[in-house]
Amino acid sequence: MDVFFQQLINGLSLGGIYALIALGYTMVYGIIELINFAHGDVYTLGTFFSLAILTLLGVDSVVHGPALIGVLAVTILGAMILCGLTGVIIERLAYRRLRNAPKLAPLITAIGMSFILENLMLYWRGPSPVPFPQVIPNPQFALGAVTIQAKQIIVVLLAVVLMVVLQTFVYNTRLGKAMRATAQDKDAAQLMGIDINTTIALTFLIGSALAGAAGFVSGMYYGSTWFFNGFGAGLKAFTAAVLGGIGNLAGAMLGGFLIGLIEAMTTQFISDQWSNVVVFSVLVLVLIFRPSGLLGESLPNKV
Amino acid sequence: MALLTMEGVTQRFGGLTAVDALDFTIEAGSIVAMIGPNGAGKSTAFNLITGIYTPSAGRIAFAGTDITGWATSRIAALGIARTFQNIRLFGFMSAIDNVLTGEHARLHANLVDSLLHTPRQRAEEGAARERALAMLAFVGLEDAVESYARNLAYGVQRRLEIGRALASEPKLLLLDEPAAGMNPSEKRDLVALIRKIRDRGITVFLIEHDMALVMEISERITVLDHGEKIAEGDPAQVRSDPKVIEAYLGSPA
Repeated sequence: MDVFFQQLINGLSLGGIYALIALGYTMVYGIIELINFAHGDVYTLGTFFSLAILTLLGVDSVVHGPALIGVLAVTILGAMILCGLTGVIIERLAYRRLRNAPKLAPLITAIGMSFILENLMLYWRGPSPVPFPQVIPNPQFALGAVTIQAKQIIVVLLAVVLMVVLQTFVYNTRLGKAMRATAQDKDAAQLMGIDINTTIALTFLIGSALAGAAGFVSGMYYGSTWFFNGFGAGLKAFTAAVLGGIGNLAGAMLGGFLIGLIEAMTTQFISDQWSNVVVFSVLVLVLIFRPSGLLGESLPNKV
Repeated sequence: MALLTMEGVTQRFGGLTAVDALDFTIEAGSIVAMIGPNGAGKSTAFNLITGIYTPSAGRIAFAGTDITGWATSRIAALGIARTFQNIRLFGFMSAIDNVLTGEHARLHANLVDSLLHTPRQRAEEGAARERALAMLAFVGLEDAVESYARNLAYGVQRRLEIGRALASEPKLLLLDEPAAGMNPSEKRDLVALIRKIRDRGITVFLIEHDMALVMEISERITVLDHGEKIAEGDPAQVRSDPKVIEAYLGSPA
């Protein structure tokens, strides 16, 4: 039973990362019905941007006290802003002109953007895994036989806080309403005085910024990354978005945590090598019985 | 004073001329209607005014500003709002959120305000909500504030769409077949509502097939056929115009 609870903790932290990435997939799909395949690579970029910021700050070891909060704030916000801008540029270059083209066209440019980003990162940081410095003191708390690491708490906390901010933004603010209106009817939205180009760019900004936060968290959690990291993680996060109901914010969050948990449990109780098989089997089963995903029917949450 | 002026406005789709050299003026503070058989170019005229189409030729001026070729959202922000022939509410949003969306262009909270919930953002959002509630009461939806638009009855959806359009505080309101699908009692309410809207100082321009309603409410009527203006005047003049009768009934063989 201890092992189960231990994996529950591990799965939730892993799921927090998937959930943050999944939000970006689901937001972009919600507003322009595009699977943004470059999104996983924006997440990897988030780790590299965080690394670059830490290097600029001259931080390469554990930081304590108020300095830690400063370093964390600058790094996370910096990674979010840089990734957000990357997302906006990707939309401008690869998707905007194709908005009224057949759906396959932007899908292909999305795959192309993914390759371009991967190769830029390969050029920037080389083909080997790059270590990520341990900047957060990582005390461990023992609950019986279960160990919780401070960084696991940070992952889950950050994911939940960002989710709450996003939810409030989308439902209770003027720009959030503009996003929902644009997702539901672009022509009518324009007639309300909503600039849909700006609104769609804003969606990419926010979704990619969340991937940037996930990128920082992933570097902190795993202690390294490499240029191809986003491919696998992106695929899992996309799966999470579909599992939860694509276009649905709460669904992406739920799907992310579920997939993290399934992966952790499979690794523990079956085998590491079977984790993908189990994850995708669950996806297939869910989609057979609920084609719109777990929370997919309540379309009102669509962004 | 002319609020809207169209001069020689033409819209071609390939070989088809949907609107042909249309000259047309709307006086501020009036209720005017455009009628004509199906395919006469009425909806195209609406789409030209709101910037959904850019005219092939001619110019459109609104409140003294040349808006020819402007983006739809800019025209909307300048003070032209509309409803649709086939209702285009945001179905998965509540009635009040639909109205609040209509206020979009009048509010100012930016991304930082919205993410951080600054006092400025909260004050603005609170005031916007008050105005939206008042608007819902104005169009008679005070009992359906939180209902999803798609769950409302048809006639109620029509009124909500008008409320959403009015929320932008337009100078000119375009109504595209507002009475379509309404029963006689809903039509009476609609006539009263349109008069109330004009009494707020908003100019109303409608396309409508219900002749009784058009004749009752309009001060001026413009008749289109095959994209051309064939008649114009007050209801009595238009009703007795032989060209109008011919357009509707066909010419005697």
